[in-house]
Amino acid sequence: MWERVTEIVRKEFRQTLREPRMRGILIGPPLLQMIVFGFAVNLDVTQVRLGWMDLDRSVESQEIRQRFVSNRTFVITAEAGSEREAQDLLDRGTVQGVVRIAPGFGADARGSRQTEIQVLLDGANSNTAAIVGNYAAAVISTRNKELLMAQQTRKLVGRTQNGPILLRIPSVQPERRVWFNPELKSRNYFVPGIIVNIITLVTLMLTALSIVREKEIGTMEQIMVTPIRPIELMLGKTIPFAIIGFLQMNLVTLIALTIFRVPLNGSYFLLAGASCLFLLSTLGAGLFMSTISDTQQQAMMATFFFFQPAFMLSGFAFPLRNMPQVVQWVTYLNPLRYFMEIVRGVFLKGSGLDVLWSQMVMLGVFGVTILFLSAQRFHKRLD
Amino acid sequence: MKWRRFRAIFHKEALHIMRDWRSLMMALAVPLVLLLLFGYALTLDVDRILTVIYDQDQTPQSRELVERFRGSRYFQIVPGPANYRTIVKHIDDSSALLGIVIPNDFAHRVESAQEAKVQLLLDGSDSNTASIAVGYAEALILAHSAELREQMLQRRGQGKLKMPVDVRIRVLYNNELKSKNFIVPGLIAVILMIIAALLTSLTIAREWENGTMEQLLSTPVRPTELLLGKLAAYFVLGMADMVISLIVGVGIFGVPLRGSTLLLIVSSALFLFGALCWGILLSTITRSQLLAYQLSLLSSFLPAFLLSGFIYSIDNMPFVIQQFTRIVPARYFVAILQGVFMKGTGLEVLWMQMLFLVMYGALVFTIAVRKMRQKMA
Repeated sequence: MWERVTEIVRKEFRQTLREPRMRGILIGPPLLQMIVFGFAVNLDVTQVRLGWMDLDRSVESQEIRQRFVSNRTFVITAEAGSEREAQDLLDRGTVQGVVRIAPGFGADARGSRQTEIQVLLDGANSNTAAIVGNYAAAVISTRNKELLMAQQTRKLVGRTQNGPILLRIPSVQPERRVWFNPELKSRNYFVPGIIVNIITLVTLMLTALSIVREKEIGTMEQIMVTPIRPIELMLGKTIPFAIIGFLQMNLVTLIALTIFRVPLNGSYFLLAGASCLFLLSTLGAGLFMSTISDTQQQAMMATFFFFQPAFMLSGFAFPLRNMPQVVQWVTYLNPLRYFMEIVRGVFLKGSGLDVLWSQMVMLGVFGVTILFLSAQRFHKRLD
Repeated sequence: MKWRRFRAIFHKEALHIMRDWRSLMMALAVPLVLLLLFGYALTLDVDRILTVIYDQDQTPQSRELVERFRGSRYFQIVPGPANYRTIVKHIDDSSALLGIVIPNDFAHRVESAQEAKVQLLLDGSDSNTASIAVGYAEALILAHSAELREQMLQRRGQGKLKMPVDVRIRVLYNNELKSKNFIVPGLIAVILMIIAALLTSLTIAREWENGTMEQLLSTPVRPTELLLGKLAAYFVLGMADMVISLIVGVGIFGVPLRGSTLLLIVSSALFLFGALCWGILLSTITRSQLLAYQLSLLSSFLPAFLLSGFIYSIDNMPFVIQQFTRIVPARYFVAILQGVFMKGTGLEVLWMQMLFLVMYGALVFTIAVRKMRQKMA
């Protein structure tokens, strides 16, 4: 039996690696995907383009401007002289927000009257807008706090023999401590997730296509007349892609560590072990795709059709916690979800088996079930 | 170019699409599935942040702060005992994102008018959620602080001491800050790209692989007719998807459409034309279904998804990638979509993007025709 399996494996490797273009496909797309994903997928908000609309032009408004400029997050890229100009800047997306200071601001501030600053935000990207709003509010609230402190030390409430009594105001100050990703870089969160994306897509598609191609070209009949048994054919068809998938996992991890400098806080072996368990699911799914398609086009469509939702519901970019309850339950049936949790846990939190054991068990259960069911279906189809 | 031959090719391709009902179903179902996912399930909005509160102080003053967190819709308090160990454990296994520690001198410091500190321990792994969450928590604590200050001043009969400067934040276009309002319009670009990438890229390569290209070559059909005939069939499919997306997005998910529907349809047609030509070009060059599919996935779907500003804003990308996005047609189309849907802008703002789509379509069409001539000769 093993003889025949090795024969198929060798044939499959030769077929995949024979053509330079195919060899390119194995290395190029994952590399390119990794790099594009790694650089493009980024929800950090830096360098916010701000429009400045100062209708007051006083010392006080200049001081506010200085605070925005010295805050590295903001870059003032445009000046607006009127409401129309401000609206236009936002309509065209030239700026992400406009700070508007009304006439009389300086006079009010000097007279200790209540004043306000308006910040108009382009809400088109709600995520960016929420963060920019927080930043802008923080700039002003820092200024306010400094001002209050100054008032506090100046304002005399009364005098005793021991000296002056100053006005004292209570305040509650939050102090944040961020674990695992102290600089809050989204790259550290996304890059490990891309590993999941790449090995899923590659192994799923290669497995499905390699079988369907034989059907489409008609070489499947030739294989069927040889003494090979379905289980041997299946092993021979999946083992090469398991090996390729595993190598790609290593390649992509290497890129994550070297080019993107994402820290790997946990154990590499746990990562490798989880990848092997996960490959059971993707290879099984690939086999399944091959049983429901007759042409390569159908196989590709089917792969895409299953892969996209599975990837979206893996927690890669959209947090699972934010999904409606029903959808959250559905994600428990998604092997990508568990693998994503393991990969991120290992990379960012340095978690070990003590935390991730349940995800590992689920990956194992899903892998074996999917592979078993697909193998049965594959078997039936061949008979 | 003869109309009759164009029609024959169109007819043949349409038959091919209809016959393979599974692919057809998927071509029509892909937009529905993506729309359902993005409209219903996938959101970047942050609420119900799982929070563990460790109140060391256990005084009325500290409980008042805890109640504020309890009352906010942004936070969901994890029940059970709380101390540093449980906070670490919850954050480790992701059953909480935020730990709040109120130190045991909290009430004392508040009453004696000093600065009291509240510690926020945060799981930063998902940096986006984390920074929005910590923003909410800090805002809540500062609001509490302001209230305490006012109470204290009133008790002392000092009257109100107001914030020297108040910030009024007004969000335009999407004032509820719902992520689906900007994601669903951009999704149309992705959906059209999927049709182009998945179906068109295979269409010419399939003829080569199956050997039917020779038969086509022996007919009097010309390259332009072949290209346009094939393209027209997928164009109809793509526009059907576009209309489905429009109806579902606006009708079911209530995404606002503030601008002109006509502009939307015209720009979609332009974009689709360019995308289809690109798919056919790849298909002509590679002559292999697998290769054409891979290439078009990489060169059209991936950029449309990642480099178009559809979810990930182009402003945050490194400079080199930002420059690269200038040649991604989806970038211009997404700008049009978001402009028309959310901002209600028209041609006076979006003419440059439209112009790019026209030029892109013309350029790719010319190259595709030339390549096909070479290959068919």
